[in-house]
Amino acid sequence: MSNEKIQVLIDKCVGCMFCVKVCPFGAISMVNKKATIDTAKCTLCGACAEACKFKAIIINKTSAAKKDFSDYKDVWVFCEQKKNVVQSISYELLGKGRELADKLGVKLCAVALGDGIGAKCDEIFAKGADKIYLVEDPKLKHYLDDPYTEVLTSLVQKYKPEIVLCGASVIGRSLISRVAVKVGAGLTADCTGLDIDPAEKILLQTRPAFGGNIMATIITPNSRPQMSTVRHKVMKELAPQSGRKGEIIRESFPSEMYSSRSRLIDIIEEIEETVNIAEANIIVSGGRGVGSKENFAIVKELAMTLNGAVGASRSVVDAGWMPYSHQVGQTGKTVCPKLYIACGISGQIQHLIGMKSSDVIVAINKDPDAPIFSVATYGIVGDLFKVVPKMTEQFKKILGK
Amino acid sequence: MHEYMKIVVLIKQVPDSTDVKIDPKTNTLKREGVAAVINPFDVYAIEEGIRVKERLGKGSVTVVSMGPPQAMEALRDAVAMGCDDAVLVGDRKFAGSDTWATSYTLSQAMRKIGDYGLIICGKQASDGDTAQVGPGVSTHLNIPQVTYVKKIEHIDDKIARVERMTEEGYEIVEVPLPALITVVKEINEPRLPSLKGKMKSKKIEIPVWNAEILACDDKKIGLDGSPTRVSKVFSPPPREGGRKFTGEPEESAKEVAELLKNIVIAG
Repeated sequence: MSNEKIQVLIDKCVGCMFCVKVCPFGAISMVNKKATIDTAKCTLCGACAEACKFKAIIINKTSAAKKDFSDYKDVWVFCEQKKNVVQSISYELLGKGRELADKLGVKLCAVALGDGIGAKCDEIFAKGADKIYLVEDPKLKHYLDDPYTEVLTSLVQKYKPEIVLCGASVIGRSLISRVAVKVGAGLTADCTGLDIDPAEKILLQTRPAFGGNIMATIITPNSRPQMSTVRHKVMKELAPQSGRKGEIIRESFPSEMYSSRSRLIDIIEEIEETVNIAEANIIVSGGRGVGSKENFAIVKELAMTLNGAVGASRSVVDAGWMPYSHQVGQTGKTVCPKLYIACGISGQIQHLIGMKSSDVIVAINKDPDAPIFSVATYGIVGDLFKVVPKMTEQFKKILGK
Repeated sequence: MHEYMKIVVLIKQVPDSTDVKIDPKTNTLKREGVAAVINPFDVYAIEEGIRVKERLGKGSVTVVSMGPPQAMEALRDAVAMGCDDAVLVGDRKFAGSDTWATSYTLSQAMRKIGDYGLIICGKQASDGDTAQVGPGVSTHLNIPQVTYVKKIEHIDDKIARVERMTEEGYEIVEVPLPALITVVKEINEPRLPSLKGKMKSKKIEIPVWNAEILACDDKKIGLDGSPTRVSKVFSPPPREGGRKFTGEPEESAKEVAELLKNIVIAG
């Protein structure tokens, strides 16, 4: 037996080449009609083993003794606050967390850190939490990596949740991977689906992998808690149930736990032209086809009519027609609004990666072969200068504007 | 801290997405023959490392990548831009690492390099998009971090004052060194490799550090050191609908607006 972690069982391989097609890394080739794995390219992602209908590819894992996780209970959601406003992403996670907790028959708990955030407990209960772990101190007023990491880590170690969910926001992403490293937990980023395996009672975390052409379901079998981040607008928040009550557990720590090596000197808010695109329900984006900075007015007018945000492709931002904060795509923001209208965007893969999970996509382009049409729910082949103003007019009628 | 600043940039080699085409029949990405490049966000990290060294007028920039032997190419490209030396962290034992194991392994490489003042990473990799490895490395090393940095306002051998991008604008944060920062696209305009740099990149000897050299704990690396496991891989469901309107533009606009009625009313 080879000491490679991955093996092709030659007698089982029928040479169907299915594994060659699914390998995201191009690591499999056929030698004498049998699959051969280039171990220099293989990352042991498991896509081939999963895909092989003949069980001809096996991955050898050192099987850890099954651990007892019975003392890990409950589903936790990290409640992100800014200026004592609980961020909508946290309520979206409470919505999903409620479903997971009910499937497991456990409590849904929110963790809130801040200074004055205690005043929001009723609101958090109304959004589905059964319990709130509350830590308040003037030093926790604004997010800082060190104290937030220390406090959340201590709470996790003390109360042992089985699942911890956190927003894939600037704060969430900075915080949660530090906590995961400290507690030795697995962390899966940007999950688009979360569910409970009914037999094993473990968390099934589904996310796009390898640039989005494959979906992968990730599990964390040998450590607890199971931790995930989720982007904005992926999960749905519950309608608030006013008067819903729960238990508040106040925790405090020695003051050195709140100290920080880095120092926050100032917070500067920049008012964007329209809504933050990461949070918008409707986005109207323009690409190179719009032609000039002045012409962008028709894109903006459609966005304004729909109370939506304005997006832009990279070439538009590079040309200086729109600021960087509006850029959608790989080097800009990833968005998933209910409606995305792409005007004069050809649909380079970098752009598609940033918007293709939108609920409904409308593409307007002169070129019938533009790649954007491959992801569009509705594709309009035509001159955007004729189509966009007409749409604006039509929507004004529909909305009675 | 020495007055000499040792800067380390951590990079990843990823498939070049400008090279990826969509297969119109299956609506999936075609990956055959796709070139590998430095993760786009890491190019800003390399540029910033070189700029910090130039600004201080002293120090060195070491570029480190964990990956298969072909990641050597990414390291050579970084040297061509102006990095002083490069290290490949590579071992078959590292295959299958998730972000936990990757950040542990890279932190072991940092311990071997030692005496670093500033570690710079791109904000995330374009293939995995997790943004977890930078913060993971800083945690394993127990050093402070600042993520999403868009400007280094001030840096000396003891402290850095940076602007950190947030959803609403930015924060100004002061951090003692050694520290790790992750950078966003807005931070700079990366330079092209110089002729001298290209010459150097061809000749430079790049050491490969394996698990033994890095004194890695076998239980913390590769597949066995990774708490997460892929349990299932499947193709995303195809997008429904996909209606194309090729008639008079004004008519198409009217028709589509009508189809979107319920969505726009709901806002």
